[in-house]
Amino acid sequence: MAVVLDKSHRWRVIAAHLGLISFISLIMFPFLMILLISLRPGNFATGDLIPSQISLEHWKLALGMSYQGPDGQLVTPEFPVLLWLWNSIKIAAISGFIGLVLSTTCAYAFARMRFVFKAQLINSLLLMQMFPTVLALVAIYAIFDQIGNYVPWLGIDTHGGLILAYTGGIALHIWTIKGYFDTIPVEIEEAAKVDGATPFQAFRHVLLPMAVPILMVVFLLAFIQGIIEYPIASVLLKEQNQLTLAVGSKMFLYEQKYLWGDFAAAAILSGLPITVVFLLAQKWMISGLTAGGVKG
Amino acid sequence: MTRKLEHWVLLALAGILLLAGLYLTFKMYAAGQPVLAVICLGILGFAVFVYSSGRAYAYRYLFPGLLAAIVFVLFPLIYTFAIGFTNYSSKNLLSYERARQYFLDETFTVEGERYAFTLHADGEAYRIRLENDNGDVFVTPSLALKQAAPLTVTAKRVEPSDAPLGEPAEIKTLIQNLKVLKLVKVKLPSGLEASAAGLREFAPVQKLYVANADGSFTNKQDGTVLKPNFTTGFFESAGEAVQPGFKVGVGVDNFKRIFSERSFSEPFLRIFGWTVVFAGLTVVFTFAVGVVLAVVLNWEALRFRAVYRVFLFLPYAVPGFISILVFKGLFSENSGEINLILSQLLGIKPNWFTDPFLAKVMILIVNTWLGYPYMMVLCMGLIKAIPADLYEASAIAGAGPLTNFFKITLPLIARPITPLLISAFAFNFNNFVLIALLTNGRPDFLDTTVPAGTTDLLVSYTYRIAFQDSGQNFGLAAAISTVIFVMVAILSLVNLRLTKVNAESR
Repeated sequence: MAVVLDKSHRWRVIAAHLGLISFISLIMFPFLMILLISLRPGNFATGDLIPSQISLEHWKLALGMSYQGPDGQLVTPEFPVLLWLWNSIKIAAISGFIGLVLSTTCAYAFARMRFVFKAQLINSLLLMQMFPTVLALVAIYAIFDQIGNYVPWLGIDTHGGLILAYTGGIALHIWTIKGYFDTIPVEIEEAAKVDGATPFQAFRHVLLPMAVPILMVVFLLAFIQGIIEYPIASVLLKEQNQLTLAVGSKMFLYEQKYLWGDFAAAAILSGLPITVVFLLAQKWMISGLTAGGVKG
Repeated sequence: MTRKLEHWVLLALAGILLLAGLYLTFKMYAAGQPVLAVICLGILGFAVFVYSSGRAYAYRYLFPGLLAAIVFVLFPLIYTFAIGFTNYSSKNLLSYERARQYFLDETFTVEGERYAFTLHADGEAYRIRLENDNGDVFVTPSLALKQAAPLTVTAKRVEPSDAPLGEPAEIKTLIQNLKVLKLVKVKLPSGLEASAAGLREFAPVQKLYVANADGSFTNKQDGTVLKPNFTTGFFESAGEAVQPGFKVGVGVDNFKRIFSERSFSEPFLRIFGWTVVFAGLTVVFTFAVGVVLAVVLNWEALRFRAVYRVFLFLPYAVPGFISILVFKGLFSENSGEINLILSQLLGIKPNWFTDPFLAKVMILIVNTWLGYPYMMVLCMGLIKAIPADLYEASAIAGAGPLTNFFKITLPLIARPITPLLISAFAFNFNNFVLIALLTNGRPDFLDTTVPAGTTDLLVSYTYRIAFQDSGQNFGLAAAISTVIFVMVAILSLVNLRLTKVNAESR
């Protein structure tokens, strides 16, 4: 560094460290609290912040096990947390996969082919994506109500319906994948076509293997999006065993029934894996994108 | 060989899909939805064209994806707009035809004759035994009672002595089969049709309404006439509306209500004001925190920057629905940990959820916590792009860090970050999840007739009108949605323009 350092420099570094550390401890406060609460007996906090006795009762409930309460009664889990987690993972994975397939083929056509209305189509896709789905909830509800009349497993309160609703939001994925395809030279596929490959074979056996990093990234993004989505799921799903985690978690904290401790354990149990996936995806995304740049 | 096999498998798959589609179309048509069936047929026809014609080759790749986007993104937009012009609500849920059918299916019990009824097991099936006051006994043939479908059976008269039926079924069995039994009509030798009027009785029933040529109904029981009113969407007799109503277009009534009827326009404007303030302040706070952290983390003299960055990024990595609910618990007034600490340190217990001002403060605190990491990451990228020699020159000129920040860093990132700030504003303008999970709009206004909360954003207010409060007014909710659509559209256009200007100026 060519910058001239004066005497105050040292103090500034120390001040910055102190500032950052105190800011981070403020940020970490909710995480620490929720961990302590999950280990504290009872659902209502009274008195001490740091639990004087450690109890695993909330964790047992979150994992679907029952235990014997202080008054000798058998306490059974109120909500099927693990089932909700499974529902979320299932819905997010299937809709992520379908969305990935649909957006990959679309992106291929947009990146490599010439056809009428190409520019208009890709621009209107982007515009469509700008409108928040929350505003169309009434219409989405009515549409799935109708669909359910003809195909019951795609109607209201079905996982099939929710998956179908999620696969519509693929415009952004199309743009991402198309951007990546644009960086791969056309000549490689053209060489394959000269050797007698059909466009579909060139796409499947030549282009797709080279695009694996971006496909992974898009799948992860769609997967996370599916896990954390709340509005559509809250409108389409009704029955307790059908809920996803995002909708179900809310039920722990009704005013009349405030299961604070149970929620804490369930939140850590279900939030931790998603957080780890997100942090990993963040890392992959950067490395995947840079690796793509080198290959192009 | 394998390629040929693949070809045939694909062809078979396409055939199965086509057949499934045709079956669906037929089902729609049979259910009395010709418009839907025609649309479905059109889509199928287009699919066949796309996958068989060589000229539309590119569309083979586009078709499924575009279809999904059109059906689940574009169509709901248009449909929302259309619903805004109707009276669609929990009272006017059915289509006109369905509402008519509802009235035509209504029955009433004819006074007088009643039959005591018992159910008797006959192997796996059941027989129904009816007995009137004179002691005449009628018995039906064996019924499976497995499917809830309308059914008419003829009963034969038997002498009480020569019918060796088993013991009557218990009440439990009756209740289990009630749903199916209700749909069974027993035709008696006298020509009357009787159906279940309870767990013990069958009674002759008649259709309550007769359809007249002009579309009205005559009530056979009391002779009143029900006329459909196509402006209110109800069948009316002497000005009195009879449920269920049906869907009709009401023109711009819903829009008028939002802007002119005081009970709607007033909360609408107040909520609109708070929505703008909320989105604006969120952007200001998250950007302020984010840019300061980004500047500090870009300072090369600082060690452990990577570690700090991971910790600072954490609020963004945790799923929103969990952290928002965590805050809901932490801020809880009586048992929340934040009030516990505040009361021990300062002796105060703020009412975070019941005081309108404090509720807003809480929402802003939580949303800043959730949103600053995104701004931080954006700013870090932009600051990295600023050439280092600018800072060297300013150091030679003797400028301090504050001067650097305000004279170099901020002006240089202002331009590229503006479109991103606008899209953050648009996102928070519609930040439904935060409000729905944290306060649900509460505390509510006390002086409004429609339920509306002091912390409601326009979207959560719309959601309440549509799905939560009694009367579920989908039409009004769709009209409000349309108004918000227009605002977001304007915002998006401004944003596009700005992005374009940026791209050109580079």
